[in-house]
Amino acid sequence: MPTVGVKRDLLFKALGRSYTDEEFDELCFEFGLELDEITSEKEIISREQGDTKASGASDVILYKIDVPANRYDLLCLEGLVRGLQVFKNKLEVPRYKRVSPLSGEPQKLIITKETEAVRPHAVAAVLRNITFTQERYDSFIELQEKLHQNICRKRSLVAIGTHDLDTISGPFTYTAKRPGDISFKPLNQTKEYTATQLMSLYKTDSHLRHYLHIIEDKPLYPVIYDSNGVVLSMPPIINGDHSKISLKTKNVFIECTATDQTKAKTVLDMMVTMFSEYCAQPFTYELAYRKEKLSGKFINQKVGINESTEKIAHLLTRMCLLSQATGAGDEIEVEIPPTRSDIIHACDIMEDAAIAYGFNNITRTTPRTYTVANQFPLNKLTELLRQDLAAAGFTEALNFALCSQEDIAEKLGKKISEMRAVHISNPKTAEFQVARTTLLPGLLKTIAANRKMPLPLKLFEISDVVLKDETKDVGARNSRRFCAVYYNKSPGFEVIHGLLDRTMQLLEVKPARGEGYHIQTADDSTFFPGRCADIFVRGKNVGRLGVLHPDVINRFELTMPCSALEMDIEPFL
Amino acid sequence: MADTGVLETLLQRVEKVDDGVDSLAVATSLGVDHQVIVGAVKSLQALGDVISAELRSSKHWELTEEGTEIAEQGSHESRVFSCIPQEGLAQSELMKLPFGKIGFSKAMSSKWIRVDKAHEGGPRIFRTVESIDDQVREKLLLVQKGHSTQLEEKEKNELKKRKLLSEVTVKSYWITKGNSFSTTITKQETELTPEMIASGNWKEKKFKPYNFEAMGVAPDCGHLHPLMKVRTQFRQIFLEMGFTEMPTNNFIESSFWNFDSLFQPQQHPARDQHDTFFLSDPAHAHEFPQDYLERVKKVHSEGGYGSQGYKYDWKIEEAQKNILRTHTTAVSARMLYKLAQQKFTPVKYFSIDRVFRNETLDATHLAEFHQIEGVVADYGLTLGDLMGVLHQFFTKLGITKLRFKPAYNPYTEPSMEVFSYHEGLKKWVEVGNSGVFRPEMLLPMGLPEDVSVIAWGLSLERPTMIKYGINNIRELVGHKVNLQMVYDSPICRSGPPTQTE
Repeated sequence: MPTVGVKRDLLFKALGRSYTDEEFDELCFEFGLELDEITSEKEIISREQGDTKASGASDVILYKIDVPANRYDLLCLEGLVRGLQVFKNKLEVPRYKRVSPLSGEPQKLIITKETEAVRPHAVAAVLRNITFTQERYDSFIELQEKLHQNICRKRSLVAIGTHDLDTISGPFTYTAKRPGDISFKPLNQTKEYTATQLMSLYKTDSHLRHYLHIIEDKPLYPVIYDSNGVVLSMPPIINGDHSKISLKTKNVFIECTATDQTKAKTVLDMMVTMFSEYCAQPFTYELAYRKEKLSGKFINQKVGINESTEKIAHLLTRMCLLSQATGAGDEIEVEIPPTRSDIIHACDIMEDAAIAYGFNNITRTTPRTYTVANQFPLNKLTELLRQDLAAAGFTEALNFALCSQEDIAEKLGKKISEMRAVHISNPKTAEFQVARTTLLPGLLKTIAANRKMPLPLKLFEISDVVLKDETKDVGARNSRRFCAVYYNKSPGFEVIHGLLDRTMQLLEVKPARGEGYHIQTADDSTFFPGRCADIFVRGKNVGRLGVLHPDVINRFELTMPCSALEMDIEPFL
Repeated sequence: MADTGVLETLLQRVEKVDDGVDSLAVATSLGVDHQVIVGAVKSLQALGDVISAELRSSKHWELTEEGTEIAEQGSHESRVFSCIPQEGLAQSELMKLPFGKIGFSKAMSSKWIRVDKAHEGGPRIFRTVESIDDQVREKLLLVQKGHSTQLEEKEKNELKKRKLLSEVTVKSYWITKGNSFSTTITKQETELTPEMIASGNWKEKKFKPYNFEAMGVAPDCGHLHPLMKVRTQFRQIFLEMGFTEMPTNNFIESSFWNFDSLFQPQQHPARDQHDTFFLSDPAHAHEFPQDYLERVKKVHSEGGYGSQGYKYDWKIEEAQKNILRTHTTAVSARMLYKLAQQKFTPVKYFSIDRVFRNETLDATHLAEFHQIEGVVADYGLTLGDLMGVLHQFFTKLGITKLRFKPAYNPYTEPSMEVFSYHEGLKKWVEVGNSGVFRPEMLLPMGLPEDVSVIAWGLSLERPTMIKYGINNIRELVGHKVNLQMVYDSPICRSGPPTQTE
């Protein structure tokens, strides 16, 4: 969820009244925002870098507001205020119009086919006769950054460039060239660099280095020229210094280059609709308005309310979706403005009606859905067994399903290549290399972390391990296991063996070869030679028990003898 | 039990006097440690009303370790004085002695000695008087002999300041005869025996009273894990509400079921390496319902079912990537798809199982946690129905004050965060997330158009940590668990107030 920081007093001025923190929090809640934090620049710096660095910083109060991830139109002060004012019936829904330049043709951005292999889409627009103030300018820059971090997915999907139109002349060309053939003076630098030089220059730039990978290994880099060959930008990395905007800029040329055309359009729409407010003719920029028709009944039924068609149209209008009853039955025509790229289905419109109605004003009802409940048989068996294993004197442990390769292999005296383990490709630490194939390491680690506890330690766990399995659609499956360990001054094989007998008694399996259960000597490098046996149930090997090998005990940083049992419980379903 | 000899001697002492005796005085006169007499008093009290003992406390002065040393060997200043011979002593020599430094300054201020700084070979100390009167030692000796009352308060306080005396509080008993006083002791039986029951002689015996203040013996037993106890409670609530448990025993999931089927676009940040664990082996899922996959592809890239879609180039390669599921909603998607392949009947489903996030870990976040999820599919469900079901669910947990905040979630619309009023914190806290599944998710599965599916989810760890007062999640989940906490944790029976309350 993106967070927008706005100056409180500026916000209240724009909203035309002030609120207490509680009142504003309440308004946010109703509208689906969250007043996350009340702070100041000074406080932020002092928290992050210490009091001394913060001494000169501003102590103007900032509201940090959490905005839903799909509402790009609320990512700046301008959009937030507009949304809230319309919601509170204090402002008419703005209408965004396009105007042609007073003289001459509209500007053109020509896209050449060379861009196809690197960044194929570009869209552009002009904000004419804009008046920036320091605050508006800051908000304009901040919005670009917020869009870059969110919908633009760190510039990989879309990158925004803004230019002072009066320093350049169209038509503009969006093309792609070899890095060595691109040369210009980038933003805030004093000399020209080739694209190749720029890439190495920005390798150490704390901000820009994160975007280099997007084009770094491409043979051609994207670049935008004006009709005189001036470089506007080399997206998605850097703009040219020549066309940079300032507080004095009157006409802003905005270009968005992208790998995703839909998102490029959305981003351009956001930039333009948000800041057209400051143009001599406010909101003059025409964009695709879409009209949707839906019935009042649809809204009433989905939300669970009973409102007139006119009332619903009014509710939607308060959400910046200009709506009216068409007069044909309960039909409502809804106009989706270019600011609301999140509205892609009638259900999105329905949600806005519900928000405007107030979620907490909706009557809570009980669906009449008649059903009979069933437990998942494997979980039912697990629940019942857990109770009786605790009654047998063993304590339940709960370990992670992810662990290191070492835990399930080397430490148990096995080879990882012999395990049917599922491997994780992007673990941040060794603790998340594989999904466990056995519950034993988790229990041994639990004992190691609790060595101060009085002996004996008797632990069990019933949980899932994960095994590769070609027959499954994803190539792996869970397997429900029961594992128990006994840790004391003597190995206590008879205790673990007794627990097996008790478990079989609970599962109604008699001790007998053939139809019952029996154990039979086995070789396993995890166990002490001659002290390990396979568990057979109705002729099928379901698990193993024995006294752990001293090497295994050492590798888990334990000091006492230990016996253990691990078996599959799915065969008992 | 204290030795009977002492008990009887004590009783005899008490018998001889009318008003009573002090335990400390008895100890002094018998020449035994005071604790022995205290033990005897306790034993006699346990026998019934033989004696009555009143606890008294008195203050008295005692020598400190340093004070005791001075009482034996003299004050530091007197020792300095006595070690200086007629011809004097080099100051440096004097300072080497353990008592040198303190003794020197005290002796100087008492004018017993003088320093000749100009003396050849360095400053030298000489006596100035013939003999001295070591008053400090004498005062301490008085205290040691128990005559501290002969000293003035001012004198005692000065010695206290020099850390030679300390004032201690002594507790003693004032012992008087009880109602059943006797100088002989009847032996009391500790326990009822089978022999006594058989012979009936328990009737003549006196039994030692039990100490009901002591703890009992802890039973030898196993314990269930607190998180699992809370899980059992949640399972119970769902079952009481008629919800059927989903089979969630598949930690490995394809991106298709985890994201694409839920109409979560392929560029969504949740699908990043930073948020999700991807698999290198087995890296890809290889089997999908082909028709359904085509419909999912279409709704993402072109729209349909009344939707604009996301209008991007949907790639099968992304959908095939295997991951550790990031939510149990992947299982809900499989279940709803399965449901859509039959003639539709309304269902209520739930699950409580592990999910995985490749997140930064802290005191409340782990890479894996348990998600609790509830799903209802029926004709014509409303947002009001979702809030009503949530109200019933949380009431069963003992949470009755709920309110809902609009939120965003890629696969539900409307989406609502659930807040409950926390009486302790006096504020609204988020307790779960909920919503109505999007048509773009349900219709490609083949569910009828007039069927709505409402769902909600929350984590199991958070309510458990609140219930058991645990601040660090590692003490609860994983091998670093505190087993003592597991042993000591109470049963979990959170729920609504009972009818009688």
